Amino acid sequence: MRYIGDWVVKENYRIHDHYSLLKLTLDKEIPEMMPGQFVQVRVDDSPSTFLRRPISVHFIDRQANELWLLIQIIGDGTRRLAKSRPGDSINLIYPLGNGFSLPEDIFSAPDTNKKLLLVGGGGGVAPLLYLGARLSALNYKPVFLSGARSQNDLLQIDEFRKFGTVYLATEDGSCGEKGFVTNHSILESGDFDYLYICGPKPMMIAVAKYARQHSIPGEVSLENTMACGMGVCLCCVEKTVSGNMRTCIEGPIFNINTLTWQI
Amino acid sequence: MANLNVSIGNLKFKNPVLMASGTFGYGIEFEDLIDLSQIGGIFVKGTTLHPREGNDYPRMAETASGMLNAVGLQNKGVDYFISYIYPAIKNIDTRMMVNVSGSTIEEYVACAEKIDALEKIPAIELNISCPNVKQGGMAFGIDSASAAQVVKAVRKVYHKVLIVKLTPNVTDVTEIAKAVETEGADAVSLINTLLGMAINVEKRKSALSTITGGLSGPCIKPIALQMVYRTSKVVKIPVIGIGGILNWKDAVEFILAGATAIQIGTANFIDPTVSIKTIEGIDNYLNKHGFKSVKELINYEL
Ligand SMILES: Cc1cc2nc3c(=O)[nH]c(=O)nc-3n(C[C@H](O)[C@H](O)[C@H](O)COP(=O)(O)OP(=O)(O)OC[C@H]3O[C@@H](n4cnc5c(N)ncnc54)[C@H](O)[C@@H]3O)c2cc1C
Ligand SMILES: Cc1cc2nc3c(=O)[nH]c(=O)nc-3n(C[C@H](O)[C@H](O)[C@H](O)COP(=O)(O)O)c2cc1C
Ligand code: FES
Repeated sequence: MRYIGDWVVKENYRIHDHYSLLKLTLDKEIPEMMPGQFVQVRVDDSPSTFLRRPISVHFIDRQANELWLLIQIIGDGTRRLAKSRPGDSINLIYPLGNGFSLPEDIFSAPDTNKKLLLVGGGGGVAPLLYLGARLSALNYKPVFLSGARSQNDLLQIDEFRKFGTVYLATEDGSCGEKGFVTNHSILESGDFDYLYICGPKPMMIAVAKYARQHSIPGEVSLENTMACGMGVCLCCVEKTVSGNMRTCIEGPIFNINTLTWQI
Repeated sequence: MANLNVSIGNLKFKNPVLMASGTFGYGIEFEDLIDLSQIGGIFVKGTTLHPREGNDYPRMAETASGMLNAVGLQNKGVDYFISYIYPAIKNIDTRMMVNVSGSTIEEYVACAEKIDALEKIPAIELNISCPNVKQGGMAFGIDSASAAQVVKAVRKVYHKVLIVKLTPNVTDVTEIAKAVETEGADAVSLINTLLGMAINVEKRKSALSTITGGLSGPCIKPIALQMVYRTSKVVKIPVIGIGGILNWKDAVEFILAGATAIQIGTANFIDPTVSIKTIEGIDNYLNKHGFKSVKELINYEL
């Protein structure tokens, strides 16, 4: 079921220059949304942006009836969203797309000892927080590996720590290990049962390559540009082994084996 | 409530608000959000005789008050439509119509013939105006003689309401409209997208894989309105107005300019409930100004 409606901004934490954490609430109970799904956000009062902006579900706080969005400011639309103030109303279409596979979809027998690695790059960590929370609620112990250019771009680390172990990598070495996530020592063992990957495309390709080399299954969350987000415009397609697939409907989560990337 | 009924050929519509092909899928994608039975009619995604994968990504670029697309008629072909999609949509309580495209006249004819057999599809819209395919598509629509040829060939095999969708990428759209009217089109719909382009200066690459694409959205409305106005003055068949309609006011403008019905395209992406709001808005407008029927507005003396 999809919905359209106005949400109210409860809080807007400007994490720093390039990121905002928006906490939105609804006048009724937030319906079921799965980690990896996204919402189509209408951006009002921004003359240069007239299409909606797809943003991942960052977290759902059931107790506070809040949906969190982690916004990386890259253009006019995200800049406008990051300026929202408590009390502002924001129109969303929600929830959209397919969520990440959960252990019950992946493993034939439930086994909470399975090692699940969640790899995020920069703003790409957004969908992984709610995924980690879900996995932790299912008694798994997710491992987060977060990479960014520098310390400032490592986001929501304290939040991630609530749900699992966190490893960090920065390109300038200002926090955690120096280098890309794919150079991180945690990966050396190759001892993981499943990988969840989200971030800039070069990073996702590098991690997908690592997964292939170690025969670890996994999936990525793609951010192809969208117009409708509802499966009708066919603008967001990704080439897969079974032809063009819509990122907004068949994705945004894709198993790495279905993609035609040159890994 | 004013009378919103309009007719195209012998086909009656509940109201003049129709959904444009390629922007409303097969209707069912919007089922959770709106009551489809309130809409006047739906033109489903462009359908071709054979399946088409469409163009490479990127296929979309946002521009000032508009967007460029280069989808390239991706669809699974008419046989797939008949076997898998038609059964799922045939009972939607509105006019469900198919937008038909092709690379050759034979393809248009074969596709139209197959759809003619579908009981719940009372009309087709011949797309001789798609700017995003290498062969056929717009090529047929930019020349009166070839436009007439396609329509003539399809008219022989297609027995229901035949609408022909025109491209604005021509010297004089009224010439093409007259040519297809002569060959038996029941209505013309216009405009399809305008040829356009955008460049990503950081990457020094075109924003679209196909370099050029089709421009739609509110930025094309004045152009579309002018073409609808001029066309409605020279043909006797109904004109369906399309191009940048965002709300009831835009819709009323097109009707006053001469359109019997209108189509909403890109606006569905911004507000999937825009169809319902437009219908309500037209009704309010008619009541407010004392019109009993929307037909009183069509081709108004401006
Ligand atoms: C399924 C999905 C989930 C997403 N989740 C999040 C999220 O949780 N948080 C978040 O901050 N962003 C997310 N994004 C990306 C976000 O939608 C875009 O950054 C946003 O639409 C850009 O809008 P803008 O007006 O700020 O920038 P624009 O002015 O539209 O673009 C500025 C520049 O960024 C480039 N750009 C635009 N869109 C994208 C994109 N999707 N990927 C890469 N480059 C792009 C443009 O080419 C342009 O050069 C997601 C995208 C998708 C498809
Ligand atoms: C993403 C997209 C896909 C489209 N696909 C088709 C199509 O398959 N067949 C067709 O005749 N027109 C197609 N069109 C054109 C629209 O039906 C319409 O003519 C055009 O977008 C102008 O109207 P608008 O400004 O209201 O969008 C498409 C437009 C868009 C934006
Ligand atoms: S964004 Fe329109 S089909 Fe995916």
